[in-house]
Amino acid sequence: MSGIDAERITRVLGADTAAAAAEASARLVERADREGLAEIGYATLETPLGVAVLAATRRGLVRVALPNERLEQVLEDLAAEVSPRIVELPQRLDPARRELDQYFEGRREHFDLALDWRLIEAGFSGRVLRQTARLPYGVTASYGEIAQRAGNPRAYRAAGSALGRNPIPIVVPCHRVLLSGGKLGNYGGGPEMKEWLLRLEGAID
Amino acid sequence: MSRPEITADPVPFQRFLDQHRAPVLSFLRAAVGPSDADDCFQETFIAALRAYHRMDGRHPRAWVMTIARRKAIDHHRARARRPEPRAEFDDLGVTDEHPDGEVWAAVGRLSEAQRAAVALRYAAGLSHREIGATLGCSEAAARRRVADGLSALRQTIDREELTA
Repeated sequence: MSGIDAERITRVLGADTAAAAAEASARLVERADREGLAEIGYATLETPLGVAVLAATRRGLVRVALPNERLEQVLEDLAAEVSPRIVELPQRLDPARRELDQYFEGRREHFDLALDWRLIEAGFSGRVLRQTARLPYGVTASYGEIAQRAGNPRAYRAAGSALGRNPIPIVVPCHRVLLSGGKLGNYGGGPEMKEWLLRLEGAID
Repeated sequence: MSRPEITADPVPFQRFLDQHRAPVLSFLRAAVGPSDADDCFQETFIAALRAYHRMDGRHPRAWVMTIARRKAIDHHRARARRPEPRAEFDDLGVTDEHPDGEVWAAVGRLSEAQRAAVALRYAAGLSHREIGATLGCSEAAARRRVADGLSALRQTIDREELTA
């Protein structure tokens, strides 16, 4: 029989467990969800414009990160702003992924998703985003018009900055808010994406 | 939702799980045997998730290993209370196909403290400093405990070879 030394112990006890641990942690995440411990679940979504990140609490969709955002940064911000109890939980995002897939294929004009508005500030910013959420598919408004509907017609700059911080873009369609005179203006996902979305909706030629 | 108190930069739990799952599973395989390691793994990370707001951000690995060790101890106590305790490592006995069965069997015969030190070092691959943080002792004491565990392991195997 061979003797025993640290090298042999390491070889036997230290056998690679990466694959088994990945399976065990997938079961762990499902159990965490059943026990109500998964405060935030996230999943990625392939879109024609790149990979987006979706995150939901038990209340509903709390964050849509467009393809120009980094997954790690999105998760770290959610950990700081909502809760670090974040797990990869695609099944929680299934309804959102399905509806967004249909939207990107031009087969859906509005979303039937529960939203969690906790990342949206109270006050004027919140009113701007709630007014924006009411803009129908393919219909645009100017920053000034949205500011007016939110109760302060002169605060179009503040409206622009509230839209720039929209945590749930596409579903809260800030891409439908344009500069007066028809210029598209800024967009969190980049100006090309804004143009792409407006073209998808037939709002521009 | 009330926001729990965070004592360090809050790492998203999924990343914490990704970083520690393989060494925790390796530790538990050595601590309770491969067939029960998965149950203890689930208990460990559920407990970690529940207590995540109290996580020591400076020593995350030692923190989760402390929980894993506690779950391994709970597991052994629950087994000891059963009418016919089954030696969890014996089904891994030495056979021609499993020449390493003698190592597993010998690990199963160590005291809990020695097994924990050996498992943290050789299964989970922790440094002596991390082992000290896990066991609540100094780095030097951790080094001694690992060395003691290794020599106990050697004696067990030598003894079995003599009687074989």
